[in-house]
Amino acid sequence: MPRRLSYRHALREAFDEELARDPMVVLMGEEVAQYNGAYKVTEGLWDKWGDDRIVDTPISEAGFIGMGIGASMLGVRPVMELMFWSFYTVAWDQIVNNAAMVRYMSGGKINCPIVIRGPANGGTGVGATHSHTPENILANFPGMKCVCPSNAYDAKGLMKAAIRDNDPVMFMESTKLYGEEWDVPSNDELPDGELFIPLGVADVKREGSDITLIAHGRAVITCLKAAEILEAEHGISAEVVDIRTIRPLDEETILESVAKTHRAIYVEENKPFCGVGAQIAYMIQSTIFDELDAPVLRINSLDAPAIYSPPLEAIQLPTPEVVVEKALSIC
Amino acid sequence: MAKATSSAPPAGSHAAAPINQSLTPDDKIGLYRLMSRIRRFEQVSLQHYQGGKMAGFLHLYIGQESVAVGTISLLGENDHVITAYRDHAHALAVGMGMDECMAELFGKATGCSKGKGGSMHYFEPSKNYWGGHGIVAGQTPLGLGLAYGLKFKKLKGAALCYLGDGAVNQGAFHESLNLAALWSLPVIYIIENNGYSMGTSQSRSSAYPSCLAERAAGYDMDWELFSGEDIYEVRARTQVAIERAHTLSRPAVLEIATYRWEGHSVADANKEKYRTKEEVERFKNEHDPIQRWKRVLIEEGIASEEDLKKIDKEAQKEAEASGDFAKASPYPTPESIFEDVYWEVDNKTDAGQTGRHFFND
Repeated sequence: MPRRLSYRHALREAFDEELARDPMVVLMGEEVAQYNGAYKVTEGLWDKWGDDRIVDTPISEAGFIGMGIGASMLGVRPVMELMFWSFYTVAWDQIVNNAAMVRYMSGGKINCPIVIRGPANGGTGVGATHSHTPENILANFPGMKCVCPSNAYDAKGLMKAAIRDNDPVMFMESTKLYGEEWDVPSNDELPDGELFIPLGVADVKREGSDITLIAHGRAVITCLKAAEILEAEHGISAEVVDIRTIRPLDEETILESVAKTHRAIYVEENKPFCGVGAQIAYMIQSTIFDELDAPVLRINSLDAPAIYSPPLEAIQLPTPEVVVEKALSIC
Repeated sequence: MAKATSSAPPAGSHAAAPINQSLTPDDKIGLYRLMSRIRRFEQVSLQHYQGGKMAGFLHLYIGQESVAVGTISLLGENDHVITAYRDHAHALAVGMGMDECMAELFGKATGCSKGKGGSMHYFEPSKNYWGGHGIVAGQTPLGLGLAYGLKFKKLKGAALCYLGDGAVNQGAFHESLNLAALWSLPVIYIIENNGYSMGTSQSRSSAYPSCLAERAAGYDMDWELFSGEDIYEVRARTQVAIERAHTLSRPAVLEIATYRWEGHSVADANKEKYRTKEEVERFKNEHDPIQRWKRVLIEEGIASEEDLKKIDKEAQKEAEASGDFAKASPYPTPESIFEDVYWEVDNKTDAGQTGRHFFND
């Protein structure tokens, strides 16, 4: 019987293992220590690792994110929690001008081995200010990396890679996935003795032959549900490609899949204008135009600030039904 | 002063402070040489700027030299420096060379940042110099992070984080003060108060009780206000904060009064409008820190007028040679645009070679 682990528990295991591996790793953020994490992702770690390694910060994102960046220049490896990625806005100058740019502006004399992480999703009834999905904005900045795991297995393996990476990594989780469980083998069940997934490697989550559904983060789960419906109700075989990291990007896996199915839709909970799907759709048509039997389409969150009203919020984000409908339009 | 950090000694007695008594005649001449080199470097850079050799901004430190030189002269192995965009003096004071600094202004591959940073972005981590930052007060959380790193690694050191008087109104600075005091981090914020945040005078930009540094009192933090004109005073009073940072891991805010002779940057079109000509002339004639230190050296019989003129000439020559070096240096290659973006890519690691990092066709 494979081990089942929730997304939050998988992340916690990654932190625990990296805290043990490298004494320079320190976890920081609002309520991460004594409160055990606003979403319980860091539960139990303060008890185990103490004040030096698990640090509660005041509500002061520009200050403590900037502080983590400064400490990373000296070789500390901070893993900084934003209680919501939505709060990136108040730390934006530090993230962009310092974490992402300082290596370049110093001619390569400095690097910032920092991870900034937290949930970045809508759909939880908290209104527009707490529902931002800034992965496309972050990925727009050379110097940063951007990771969006869709499940517990990937979350653990990618977090370990993010912490060991010597560049700033923006790691985007989902409160809607924290409680979901997946098969996550324990280290003694793994050939390498640990779960480690390099950044920049996409994963085919479901094989198919008629259309490729490409996605990141929770939209991958939406695509998997849509693929089941397409197969069961319409006899359409959909392949689902989870890009896992947005920057660096595994283009080969996407292109191989689309060259096989000849149809593609990018699905994401981000907004459409200059979204991740815009980049991927451009890349597909410019690279393998002749392989396409239909225009590359995309499905995004409906293009307005996140609405509060629960029944409407539920349809503002992509649903399996919408994905099915769009797929049928080109199959 | 609510949280007076040390009882200020009477004026003129700073030479007697132990930290100044420990200076040898050579050390004192070295301080003069450094200030002279900084001024000549910037004067020569201004000529090249006006000659169209460089782009963008050039924020000159002329008139403020004693602040960077006096404070940085106190630092040891585990002490670190970070500042804003008026960063040439700090770079030379930590020991960076004129050639690499001048070449950076010219945007050349031999520049300290390979021509990728420009005037506002000098760095030399091997000399504990962490920039050179363009966004006002953006460096203040980074300075805090350097102090955090020192404490985390259990090193006895301090981070000196410089900022201008205009930076005290940014939120990032206040957040940094709170964290510094809350966690007792060995960071020393040095407000180089030249009276103007660009063209806006202090009285038109800041609300304060007695001075800007007193804002630290609101964070239960040590603070001091003093003049930056006399190197003895700068050293004596900064040393108190450094010792406290080293032994007690306590932060501080030091406000050092100084004056910039030039505009906010060379591109400051209104530099003669927001302050009077008489004010600028008064500081040039009566409060030049280099002239002041020169008088001290002559009065103490350490150097003659002639000796110091010789040093000035050498500094001028060195500065001019750095201009020649910069002119003769090559520009970076187009390929280098994509270098120094990601550490993993530059070092050709597995991570750096997995997935696509750059997205032009």
